[in-house]
Amino acid sequence: MNLLSAHDLHLWRGDLHVLRGLSFGLGAGRCLQVTGVNGAGKSTLLRALAGLLPLESGAVSWRGLDTRKDTFAFHSELAWLSHGTALKGDLSAPENLRFSAGLRRVFSEADIDTALSRVGFPHNDGRLARQMSAGQQRRVALARVLLLDCALWLLDEPTSNLDTRGQNMFGEILDAHLERGGLAIIATHQALAVRADRLQGLELT
Amino acid sequence: MSNATPTAVSSARAGWLLVQRDLRLGLRRPGEWLQPLVFFLVVTTLFPLATDPQMSRLRDIAPGALWVAALLSSLLALELLFREDGQDGSLEQLAVSGLPLSWLLLAKTCVHWLMTGLPLVLAAPLVATALGAPYAAIPGILAALLLGSVALSLIGAVGAGLTLGLRRGGVLLALLVLPLAVPVLIFGARATALAIALEPMAAPMYLLGAIVVLSATLAPLAAAAAVRISLE
Amino acid sequence: MNWTWFHRFGSPPYFYRVAGKMIPWFAWLAAITAVAGLVGGLGLAPADYQQGEGYRIIFVHVPAAVLSTMAYSVMAVAAGVGLIWRMNVAHAVAASCAAVGAWFTLVALATGSLWGRPMWGTYWAWDPRLTSELVLLFLYLGYMGLRGAIDDTARADRASAVLALVGVINLPIIHYSVDWWNSLHQGHTVLKFGKASMPPSMLVPLLLMMLAFSFYFAAILLVRARGEVLRRERNARWISEAIGA
Repeated sequence: MNLLSAHDLHLWRGDLHVLRGLSFGLGAGRCLQVTGVNGAGKSTLLRALAGLLPLESGAVSWRGLDTRKDTFAFHSELAWLSHGTALKGDLSAPENLRFSAGLRRVFSEADIDTALSRVGFPHNDGRLARQMSAGQQRRVALARVLLLDCALWLLDEPTSNLDTRGQNMFGEILDAHLERGGLAIIATHQALAVRADRLQGLELT
Repeated sequence: MSNATPTAVSSARAGWLLVQRDLRLGLRRPGEWLQPLVFFLVVTTLFPLATDPQMSRLRDIAPGALWVAALLSSLLALELLFREDGQDGSLEQLAVSGLPLSWLLLAKTCVHWLMTGLPLVLAAPLVATALGAPYAAIPGILAALLLGSVALSLIGAVGAGLTLGLRRGGVLLALLVLPLAVPVLIFGARATALAIALEPMAAPMYLLGAIVVLSATLAPLAAAAAVRISLE
Repeated sequence: MNWTWFHRFGSPPYFYRVAGKMIPWFAWLAAITAVAGLVGGLGLAPADYQQGEGYRIIFVHVPAAVLSTMAYSVMAVAAGVGLIWRMNVAHAVAASCAAVGAWFTLVALATGSLWGRPMWGTYWAWDPRLTSELVLLFLYLGYMGLRGAIDDTARADRASAVLALVGVINLPIIHYSVDWWNSLHQGHTVLKFGKASMPPSMLVPLLLMMLAFSFYFAAILLVRARGEVLRRERNARWISEAIGA
């Protein structure tokens, strides 16, 4: 049973016909890894799925409902992470999470600590986001994805700037997410450390 | 799926959190929102220098000087409204948050007004007195600028949304917003002139109020549409 | 109500073909009404008892001023249709309106200030109608500036459509506020055109000229919109067929 299905997606960027009739389905506990050379349209596809880009033709449905019509229902179950980490440079990691994830979910301070420790962010690190390294900012952004507690993850290059340990950490949290029946669509060239039967691939040309 | 359904947040609480966040960010970077205020003070200082500093003459140009300066400094501040959130991906997060974007942008615009519009209003008595306005005129001037600056922030939010992420966005923003701000300028300057002349100023104030109500209703919707388009 | 005609117009090949057929009709109607209006206005109509021969500039000024506002409304309606029904042809029409509308605005401003020279003794007297025209010109320039600043056509279409809709809501407010402002400061320089007291020998040519300007606008708009549709659809198959045929 597919929770998310895309049917016959077409998208142009200027004169470029980036997506030509793409269709796929994704069930609970499954992860779709999107690969392809630079400019093949990985980010475009993810942005179109998230509803940030208008579709010229085709449809994306979530739990059987058209995501362009039931936008709010779809977005309330969507955790989105793109190149921008959406962290505020003048706020610390917990503050960033309290405000950005707090817009959408109710959670306690302990939940923030748990999420930060799961992504391997040092405990009691009171630094402001602009003083952190790019990899640490990426970890905090992933902690937000955890806190949002959404069924569907749409992540564009989530492991950029992460070291080997960071990539292993990402494999663990992704595996746990899939284990609980979550879905993920991830644009990355890194091998994803999840069980092979949970993974499906999509190469854009 | 998650074992326990995550607890969703009401739009009202989300808006309030966004207000808190933007206020906190603003307080940690006072330089940014003090700039329009300083600009306002500098521009109003230029008028006496460029004309005749006799108080009776200054009184004639005071409403115009006050409003043109207020309009220009609110324009200067507008660039800051969505720029950072657009660059770091925060606006994207808001756009796919499952919350009404127009409401969230209205919250952001309110904070923006608190930090860049309200200081102008509070500085207005000082500037107006320096330009020869009698003390009795100050409540009227405050009221006019209060309404006018709110309207300018709301109208400007649409322009800021449209020019988000564009090259040379600043000049274009001025070109888009200034013609739309003409009614605010006319009614605001008229109300101020009546206040300085110590005459009843109800008529332009009602008109200003009507503009505030209309723009508070429509501008967030237009700004949300504009921001979504700019995020494409 | 049958809406198929509406959706048919949304199809670029259909629009291209039908617009091509309509252009000569509008162009000829414009030419005929313009000749009739000019003969009537410049030759047959009597000189004004107050303003002498100078008033005859209204046969250009008033239609240009009316069309400058009408072009903005057409642009906003087309932009709204394009935004709501995602109709590319409507966006092409909106994009074609701006420059024509701005040109009408310029003509209205120039003729208005030429008329003002003998009447007020100055080219520019902050007459409320001319001031509104000036703000309208800025609105057009902003619209064109925004279009020019966005590279992606689809994004430029949607962004400028939002601006056109905001502008069209503001247009009456700006007009009213400028009138109000003028009534406080200098009520004496109002352009007194198009009053009901105008005798038929002046009114008929004026109406003919308004028709001529409207037909001209329709013709030039369709020519430009066809070009715009061609540019947007340059990779589509129907174009080579349409041009080859």
